[in-house]
This record gives sequence, C-alpha cells and structure tokens, in this order.
Amino acid sequence: MPFDARPKLAVFKFSSCDGCQLSLLNLEDELLSLVGEVEIAYFLEARSQILPGPYDVSLVEGSITTAEDEKRIKAVRKDSKYLITIGACATAGGIQALRNWQDVAEFTRAVYATPAYIHTLEKSTPISAHVPVDFEVNGCPINKMQILEVITQLLEGRALHLPSHSVCMDCKRRGTVCVMVARGLPCLGPLTRTGCGAICPAYNRGCYGCFGPLDAPNSDSWCAQVMKDGMQRADMVRLLRGFTGFQGTFRSASDKWEKAT
Amino acid sequence: MASENTNREKTVKVDYLTRVEGEGGVYVRSEGGELREVKINIFEPPRFFEAFLRGRYFQEVPDITARICGICPVAYQMSAVHALEAALEVIPPPEIRALRRLLYCGEWIESHALHIYMLNAPDFLGYESVVAMAADHPQEVEQALRLKKIGNRLLAILGGRSVHPVSVCVGGFYKAPHRKELESLAADLRWGIEASKETLAFVTSLSFPSYTPDYEFVSVSHPNEYPMNERRIVSSKGVDIEPEEFERVYLEEHIEYSTALHSSRADSGASYFVGPLARINLNLDKLMPQALEAARTCGVSWPCRNPYMGIVARAIELIHACEEALAIIEAYREPASSRVEFKVHAGQGCAATEAPRGLLYHRYRIDDRGLVEFSRIVPPTAQNYHRMEDDLKAILPGVLNQSEAEIAQVCEKLIRTYDPCISCSTHFVKLRLERG
Repeated sequence: MPFDARPKLAVFKFSSCDGCQLSLLNLEDELLSLVGEVEIAYFLEARSQILPGPYDVSLVEGSITTAEDEKRIKAVRKDSKYLITIGACATAGGIQALRNWQDVAEFTRAVYATPAYIHTLEKSTPISAHVPVDFEVNGCPINKMQILEVITQLLEGRALHLPSHSVCMDCKRRGTVCVMVARGLPCLGPLTRTGCGAICPAYNRGCYGCFGPLDAPNSDSWCAQVMKDGMQRADMVRLLRGFTGFQGTFRSASDKWEKAT
Repeated sequence: MASENTNREKTVKVDYLTRVEGEGGVYVRSEGGELREVKINIFEPPRFFEAFLRGRYFQEVPDITARICGICPVAYQMSAVHALEAALEVIPPPEIRALRRLLYCGEWIESHALHIYMLNAPDFLGYESVVAMAADHPQEVEQALRLKKIGNRLLAILGGRSVHPVSVCVGGFYKAPHRKELESLAADLRWGIEASKETLAFVTSLSFPSYTPDYEFVSVSHPNEYPMNERRIVSSKGVDIEPEEFERVYLEEHIEYSTALHSSRADSGASYFVGPLARINLNLDKLMPQALEAARTCGVSWPCRNPYMGIVARAIELIHACEEALAIIEAYREPASSRVEFKVHAGQGCAATEAPRGLLYHRYRIDDRGLVEFSRIVPPTAQNYHRMEDDLKAILPGVLNQSEAEIAQVCEKLIRTYDPCISCSTHFVKLRLERG
C-alpha cells in the first residue's frame, strides 16, 4: 500500500456536465466501502466539509476554458500527489471543444445578449495541456467500473492501467453483428478505445467515439470505407468531431478531410 | 469568507455552494443592518451549446444536448426530440410515448433519490453530507442507494447506460427493450413504491421553516397524464399556453454577474417557480393512485407554497415514478418498430418537458438538409434563479444579525431546496456577504 494512512481523495470540477462525478455516486454497491477506504476530503457536489490539501489523489473532471481555471488547475496539481483526469472533457476538451474550430467571440454573441459580461478562452483544452497528468480515464461519461478499478490499483500500489483495444473487440465479445459490415452504418468503433462495453452497436447504431481515439488507428482506411459506404465528407468530419473530437486521430483526420473538401 | 468594516457595511460570500450540481456562489451585502443586495453568482464556465449546435445534423442533437447535464441527460434528450419532432411534423405512436415516459421515470427515480437523501436531507438533519449521515442513519442511506440503483438500471436497460444513454432518437428509439429485460425490474419497482412511501414518511417528519410566499408555479400540463413529456404550459396565475407561446410569456435575461441567463414573466418582470412542487400543485389529480393517496394523507395541504417542502414533493413523485414505471412495464408489448420513418425537411419547432428539477424548454430551426440553424435552450435552474434571489431577499433580513456561517447556511439551505443544476443553467453556488 503506497499510502501511510487512509488516502485523502479530492474531486475537482472544471468545464463539464458533472456526469463523471455522478458516476462515482452511481457506485451504489461500492460507495460505502469506498468511503471506508479513502477519506473524501474535497467533493463539492457530495459534501459540504472541505479539508485542506495536500491530497493523495485528485480526480479532475472538466476542461480548461477560462483564465481563472488555467490558474486553478496549476494549484490543484501542486496540491495533488496523483492527478487523474476523469472523462472526455478533462482528457480531450469535451464537446465544448467544438469552439476550437470556430470564432469564440461570435459564439458568445450567439448565446449571450451582453457578450462583454462573458470571460472565456479561445479554446477548450484538456488538463494535460496545462499540467502533467498521472493517468487519464476516458469516456463521455467514464465507466464507473473503470474508475473503481483505477482507485483500487492506487490503493493496492499496482501500476495504473486500463485496457486500450478498440470497441470492435467488445462487439465480438458481446456477439453484436458489425453494423458497418452488415448494415453499412458509419461506426467510429474501429478507431475508438474500449471502455463503454460497445453499447451503441448493440443498440442498432454506430459508435460515436465517447472514449476517444486509439493511440494509432488506421484512420485513412476507416475514412475511405465510410465514404465508400456512401457517407459525405462533411458528415464524416462532423462524426469525427464529437465528444472527443479535439483528441489525437479524431482531430487530425477531421482537419485533413475538412481541408480536402 | 466574510468581512466587516468600519463603515458598518458587511458582506458575506458563500464562495462555493456545495451539494448542488455544478458551481456557483452567493453574494450578500447589508448596510446598517439592512439588506442591500443579493446575487446568486454563476461562475460555471460557459460551454456555448446553442452556438455549436448550429450546423450539426438534427439526429445528433439529443446526444449532444444530453451532455449539458450528467444528472438529467434524459430531460435534455426528451425536450430535444419533442421540439425536433414538432419541426419535422413527426408524431410518435403510443408505444413510443410510453417508452419515453418509462425512460423519464428512470431519471426521476435516480435524480430524486439522489437529491432527497444525498443532497438535501443532510440540511434538515444537521449533517454536512450523506457520508456523515450514513453513520447515524444507515437504513435510510441504504434505501436511498437501492432506489437510485433501480432508476439507473431502468435507464441502462432502455438506453445502454445511466449517464448519457444512447438509445433516444428523433422518431423514437434506436432499439426497443425486450419485455424480459423490463420484467426483471418489476419486483424492484414494487419494493420501490413501498420504499418511496417510507421516504415520504421520513421527509414529512422533518421540521420545515415556515415561509410561504405568493409564488407563480409553472409546469407542463396534460389532460390525462402527470406532466412529463407533453405539452401545454400552465401556471398558478392563470397562464395556459402552447409551448410556441413560451418565449412570449416568459423572458430570459442576461445578468452581469452570471454566466446563466435569468428568466422572468415578460409582462410584469416577476419571478416564477418550476420544479416538483409546481408540478404537484398544478397537477395533483393526475398522480398515479398510490402517489395521490400518499399526497392526500401525508399531512401537507395542497397547494403547498413552502419551498423547503420541495423534498416532500420529490418523495411523492418518487412514489409516482416507481408506480408509473411498473404500470408501463406490465402493459409493455415489444413494438413492431422502435422508431417512425419520416422525411427530412426545413422547419421550426419547440417543446417543453419536465426535467426532475423543472420545466425544460427547447426550440430549434433546421434547414432542408436537416442541419440546425438555430437553437434555444431554457433550463429549469435558469428559470428559478430569479425566484431564489427573491426568496433570499425575503428571508435574509430576519437573519442578518447572525454569524456569517449561519447566514451562509440559510442561503445554501434555501437554494438547495430548488435542486439547482448549475451545469445546466450555464449556458451556479459560492456565498459572499458584505454587511455594514
């Protein structure tokens, strides 16, 4: 056990929907024993008690979108032994990173009557763009069993590790007939990291990339295939630019094919 | 967190509201013992959903708007599909309507169980959190977790997962559930009805501050159903309108200290109140039989204008949601098709549905390729901010002599009764008090 005493756990939120924090509270069967193993020192959504840092483990939800948050994440890093990002916003910039391809001043005018009241950065960026991150848990939302696994690994002093194969493997295990091969549906599964349990194809639709791109997928081959199946380039670029669109291959492939149009 | 200076001016700041979804604070300023200013500051960063939805295909909208809120994604999916179906002139058949209500029941159960026991009850019992409460009330906490789990399982069966489910589409569902999967929940839901009645007995035993302002309650209303998905919007002050008239009757304004928009009555500028208390006050007779019986015999007279009794309204809705979910499951036959076919064309449509925390309005305009040209989303919490500030203005003069910690607690307790969702409304809470 790498911690001398019951480790202090903190949960911090940046720009996000709170869904990944909620995934922790959704550990209904494990929550009370988890609270026995770690001391919840800072978790605004769940408790009023706030214990000062430093913290042994900080779980960080959300992306960085304001100058204030740019400073706050540095303070969180300084206060944290392990900093673990949870979810697509914190690891990839989230759906709000769609602004990164647009004019944020125009976005502000579109949503707010008095844009001068709004202070925001040009881009929505993942935590790793600002401070060193010890481990990333992907997903929009995260899979609660994955975060439980990572906390267990930390408590037992094991190396932090989650599987990194594609969603396709999970479809095979689940016995789901391939929606791309059998039905010609555009599916990001071949490019997307495991974690959700291959839900979408089991619900008669293509994967839309919640868990982010694999480290080195063959995106050219995938793009060629979906276009061969009849998908328009603009639609393909849009599919690549979803909840993890500002990350890795999704970002580079969407930029490449947008320019190609 | 607070300061007192020589010019008899005093400020109190609640820097971070806790046990709410998302982040915001409260700023209170008094002078010579008189309340001068109350602001609920929302500093949840803006995420610009209404801007980046432009150019997205209409069928992506329910997936994207779900991400506005991890606690009530189904509400965002429901308002989105109903508004887009209005734009595309799609009328889903009764079996799809029933499945949508079932999905909504799952979210109400999960969200209400979370709010009643884990976010709100600690306020009444004097605990800082459910973690602290669990030591003295293990039975209640275990009951809460089991109820919450039932709601989440229902969501996962219908939608693949409980947070951001994947099955909802314009026209229906990508996949309808198998009867056997749903039947596996029947015993749990029967237990849930009884556990919800115990929850109601537990919350009605709490002591509530006496405060009953003249609220305008606003909710969705349907001739034969407790309000969830459809359709008209009614208020306790005589409003009875189609959703198309919502933006004419209720206005959203942008306030300097907030990244959330605030809503008011367009004619008078007055605040109004959405949420479970509004729903029950306006639709009591539409509750399912056991929920109605419980509401009539729980010792509360309806309509109820005490905001702190929102927790009672949630418990009654918890009974209702378990009861209605069970009824839908018992009557369920797998539909021949899980979604209706339709032609894509340009159009504009709007809809209001009932999120766990209140009325949620969406409006979209799409072009002839089905791409979004315009969207407007009015979340329940944004509609309640103005009312929360009015409540604090009414309550705080009576407590200004108390310590800052006590004033902060009064603010937080009031605000939490609304079950605010700050992430949602930003497009929320921290107390800052200045007093002199």
